[in-house]
Amino acid sequence: MISAGIDMGTQRVKVVILKDKQIIARSQQFSGFEPTKAAEQALEEALQNAKLSRKDIQHITATGAGVNMAPFADSTVSMMGADARAGAYFFSSARTVIDVGAEEARAVNCNEKGVMLDFVVNARCAAGAGTFIEAMARALEVELEDMGSLSLKAERASPINASCVIFAESDVVSLIHREEPKTEIARAIFDAMAERVSSMVYRLGINPDIVLVGGVAKDVGFVASLKRRLGTEILIPEEPWFAGAVGAALIAAKRAGRRQ
Amino acid sequence: MRVIQVITYYGYRDGSGEYYIVVDAERCNSCGDCTKVCPQDALKMESMFIDLEDKLVVAVAEEHRKKLSYTCSPCKPESGDVPCVQACDQEAITCIWNPMNRK
Amino acid sequence: MGNKEGKTEYWRWLEYQRVMPSRGLNNAEIITAGVDVGSVGSKAVIMTDGDVYSWSVMRTGSNSSDSAKKALGWAMEDTGLTLKDFNYIVGTGYGRVNVPMANRAITEIACHAKGANYIWGPSVRTVLDVGGQDVKAIRCDQNGKVVSFLMNDKCAAGTGRGMEVIADLLKIPIEEVGKVSLSVTEEPKPVSSTCVVFAKTEAVGLLRKGWSKEQVLAAYMRAMSIRMSELIEKVGCERDFVITGGQSKNIGIVQRVENILGMKSLPAPNVKETGRDPVAAGAIGAALYAKALYEKSCKR
Repeated sequence: MISAGIDMGTQRVKVVILKDKQIIARSQQFSGFEPTKAAEQALEEALQNAKLSRKDIQHITATGAGVNMAPFADSTVSMMGADARAGAYFFSSARTVIDVGAEEARAVNCNEKGVMLDFVVNARCAAGAGTFIEAMARALEVELEDMGSLSLKAERASPINASCVIFAESDVVSLIHREEPKTEIARAIFDAMAERVSSMVYRLGINPDIVLVGGVAKDVGFVASLKRRLGTEILIPEEPWFAGAVGAALIAAKRAGRRQ
Repeated sequence: MRVIQVITYYGYRDGSGEYYIVVDAERCNSCGDCTKVCPQDALKMESMFIDLEDKLVVAVAEEHRKKLSYTCSPCKPESGDVPCVQACDQEAITCIWNPMNRK
Repeated sequence: MGNKEGKTEYWRWLEYQRVMPSRGLNNAEIITAGVDVGSVGSKAVIMTDGDVYSWSVMRTGSNSSDSAKKALGWAMEDTGLTLKDFNYIVGTGYGRVNVPMANRAITEIACHAKGANYIWGPSVRTVLDVGGQDVKAIRCDQNGKVVSFLMNDKCAAGTGRGMEVIADLLKIPIEEVGKVSLSVTEEPKPVSSTCVVFAKTEAVGLLRKGWSKEQVLAAYMRAMSIRMSELIEKVGCERDFVITGGQSKNIGIVQRVENILGMKSLPAPNVKETGRDPVAAGAIGAALYAKALYEKSCKR
């Protein structure tokens, strides 16, 4: 059984190919302004890695913000459904999956089979998602990859207006002017994001074990702030940004099996 | 009939819906009962300048105004009754809770 | 236009100060001042017997107390006034802002309604104030007393900062964005109205698709106008409707908001001659309350 999942993220398109529920290939491309083309390229690359051709795939399921622009999809699934399935796949004890992407964050409750039970999505607001960290990295003139380790050096968090990326940018400019240490500004940013994300999880109800996926999950600074805020351990799979595509591919496998 | 009101909307509307705690400063008699029943400690008595006088009126605390949907959510406003609204016998405080349909 | 090491700052708007010498100071019985320190702009208004005498509009610096002093100091320039001459000073602005020389502070909502009432008269019922980092919708009565009030200060969409972002992106001086946005032959569809960051990304995408700067600006302005109109619709738009704050001079916003709400806003002509400056509405209201409070204290 060979299936594939395409996650049409707002920033990147991710593709995963599963064979008998094992990941045999994955690839990603920047969505840019032509996400469909990016998806086609990502799929091609994944197929090449797996030494397969498109007709070998029995079912392709798409998900993500740009799901309507996914090429070759046999079916679609909501991001929440994909997250829940992926969470349970990576950790059998997973009951809550938090997904922080580039433009949106969501939290999903699921059962042991990875079936989504309930979910909360944060507003379409850049301050609660990866875009915030990117904008702040630019304002601080720090590489995005270094933001996390920078924040871990801080003992306290600077006061910033974290309800909006644009306001936070102005705050950062004046803080830098006053020679506020960048470490403490970075810490403030992650703390602010962790607060928003954890508020979202509280609304859902905290059900351990908690799994964190999405691009932001690889940021050590965010993870540290979130752990502090939630007061629990957080499980993170390898390459957490592929979770959505993995979940979609798992659902594709299930659907292909049903149709036979 | 002239209706005297000084109404303040605390909260916001964004992509996920609109959430407000609405206070009528003329009706508020400064008793503070609502501030005592709020489980999030989100309500505070504040001085409001009305008719050249300073009146003590209930307000949503500054730090909660921009995340009202998270603050009020545990009281389940969608069910229709929340503690602060119920505690007020002047009908000075109300709650507007309109989350959008989720995807 | 401000220049920082030769680099043009498109978002920087003109600061100004005006004195109206036709009004003499010698006959003035009560001299008051209102100082409104906003997150982006600081305004100070000096009044003689409840009429505007001089005023200043400048950018708020990193320290709000210093900005308050500078704004009032500038308004006092060429007037011959000293701080001792003031009978009463009221400070206002965002949060519990510190205006060191003020007798007391009053919330900005009350000041804005009062200021709008002064500028346009007792027919004003609805005020849209677009500040640097907030948007306010105010309903008031014939005396300029607040009847209801709603504010967005959570997010940049619909605020002056949101406008600075697009001016910077398209490299159009902020004082001209209104005019430029109206030069389109057909109004395009708006970009995202819920978030400036996303709206900016969409704007970049439109530019790549070959849209002209004017079209992109129009789409962005429409989105911001929609956001502002939503606030007004929540409190209800009753005539007469007016617009105050920095964006009152942005004809691109004014016309679109009027179009969306289906109601014209009252114009504010001859600002230099009358002193009825919508940008300084908050400071005007503060100076008026200063007079009222001083008179009240005299009666005791």
